[in-house]
Parts: sequence; structure tokens; C-alpha cells
Amino acid sequence: MGWIGDSVESIRSLQIRHLLTQIISLGMIVTSALIIWKGLMCITGSESPVVVVLSGSMEPGFKRGDILFLHMNKDPIRAGEIVVFHVDGREIPIVHRVIKVHERQDTGEVDILTKGDNNFGDDRLLYAHGQLWLQQHHIMGRAVGFLPYVGWVTIIMTEKPIIKYLLIGALGLLVITSKD
Amino acid sequence: MHSFVYRLNTLVTFAAVILAVLCGAASFLDAFNSPSVRAHAEVIKFNRFRKQLSGNDEVSLTLNISMDLRSLFTWNTKQVFVFLAAEYETSKNSLNQISLWDYIIPDKDHAKFQAQVANKYPLIDQGSNLRGKKVEFVLHWHVMPWTGRMIEGKMAVSNFYLPEAYT
Repeated sequence: MGWIGDSVESIRSLQIRHLLTQIISLGMIVTSALIIWKGLMCITGSESPVVVVLSGSMEPGFKRGDILFLHMNKDPIRAGEIVVFHVDGREIPIVHRVIKVHERQDTGEVDILTKGDNNFGDDRLLYAHGQLWLQQHHIMGRAVGFLPYVGWVTIIMTEKPIIKYLLIGALGLLVITSKD
Repeated sequence: MHSFVYRLNTLVTFAAVILAVLCGAASFLDAFNSPSVRAHAEVIKFNRFRKQLSGNDEVSLTLNISMDLRSLFTWNTKQVFVFLAAEYETSKNSLNQISLWDYIIPDKDHAKFQAQVANKYPLIDQGSNLRGKKVEFVLHWHVMPWTGRMIEGKMAVSNFYLPEAYT
């Protein structure tokens, strides 16, 4: 009877080791994604280094589903730059072009007005009620790089969550069942 | 080891790497393009010069603009966004940049032109400092690529003085 018990014991320990390996490799995937994201935040100085274009207000330059890489530094904002800004009372940040800049003589503070290339008028209608200008603290970053289409992945996943869960489930199954 | 999923994974990863390298190369090659832009802009007529009820000066004008931006276009250029800004200094502001007119150039064939245009956006000051003010026209361009880095440039094209009195 002894050898049966031994082999059961060895199989069980093997399975436990296998399970532990799977958990660790899953953890590695998650943490390396986190490392890349946080690393990008450090390099670019922007709280969200990559944004997905959600509207057509900058067409034909940026279409829905395109990806923009942001950069943030101490350089003052100038006319013509494409900035990502958030408006009080709006959850989703907006990507538009700066068309007017007024920089104070004494404090160096800036008043900024933006407009979407594809929109008819400027953005004052989008700003908070009564707000005429954006200030530096509204700006999340300026767009420096462009990658088409890739953002569709996130758009589809946020609009059809079922696809997201299916994908996560399938990937999880793959990780758990893979034997090497 | 050589399962279907394993091969699929390798294939997808390889395709993604190749695409990323191509995007990087396309953007990198733009660095070798050294454009030479020629442009001119001048005021033909001041259509209106008044003080708004809010106390800010407002100017609308007619411009004569000519430019040759063909050298900005490379094989990675989707479009060039070009705008003419009025830039000036006041006692309150060390820099005022106001876009007066802009245009999206879709391709190289449309990159050389001459036009008489009214300002698209009014020149509005923060305050009433515009009478007799010296203003500089600066042409800015923003090259938007198919993929990769966006390139900006600018060039001062001319100066002019605003009228001494409101119309």
C-alpha cells in the first residue's frame, strides 16, 4: 500500500507546483503591464501617457479609434499645439487644438482657448458654464505622437463588455491549461 | 510545444513587432526631410475695429496670403494643418497669440497657393490695447503623419500696425 500513497502524494505536490507556477506567471503578466504603464507615466510626465480618440472633432487628422501619445513638461502651451484637457464637470478628457494664448506679464499664467479642427466654432460651449479660458491646470498633456486604429480595441471593450469578459476568460483558460 | 495556439501566438507577436518597427522607421525617416517653406501674408484692409461692450478690442480684417509648403510633405504625411497667428505684446500680457485663419492641406498638390481671405476668427484682445499696436504675423504649420511623431514649425512672415482710431 505504501507505494500507492507515495505516488498520490507526489502527484498532488506536482499539481500544487503547477498551480503555483500558473499563478506566478499570471502575476508576471499583470505586473509587467503595470510596470510599462507606470514607466511611461514617469517618462512622459503625463498622468495618462496614451489616450484614445473618441470623437470625430479633429477629423481628418485624428479619427475615432486612433491613439495619441502625450507628453507633459514645463514648456508653456503655445498656439497650434494639440492638447488634452479636462473640464470641470466632465468626466472624459477632450483632445483639441489651441487657437489662442494669452500669457501674463507678471505671473506667467496662461489663458488658453481651444477648438476642434473639424468643429465650426471654438470650445467655449464645451467648457464649464461661464468659463472663457483654460488654465495650465486643466491641461493633461500635449499630443506628440500618433498611431492609427489601435484604440479600437479599447473602444470595443468598453462598449461591449461581454467581449472583454470572453477575452479575459479565454486567456485565463489558456494560461491555466497550458502545459509547458 | 508546437501546438496550434503556440504557433498562433508566435505569428501574432511577430506581426505586431514588424508593424511596430515599420511605424518607427516611417516616423524616423521624417527626420531626414529638411523643409524650406516660403510664405507671405499682408493686411489688405481693416474691415472693422471697435471696442466690444465687454471692453475688449476687436478687429476683423482681410488678408492676402501666399505660401509654398510642398517641401513639408513626405510619404508619411497625412495632412498639414497651417494657420496664421497674430502675435503681439501688451503691458498686461507678455505674449498674445491669436489664430486668425487656418487651413487643412490634404496633399502636396494643394500645398502651393495664394488667396485673399477674411479672418476666420476675430482678433480680440484681453483689454483695449490694440490702437496703433505693432502686430507680427507668424505662420505655424503642424505636420500630421500617417503614423509616428507630429512635427511643428513656424515662421515670422510680416509686421503691421493697427489703426490709431476705431472705425
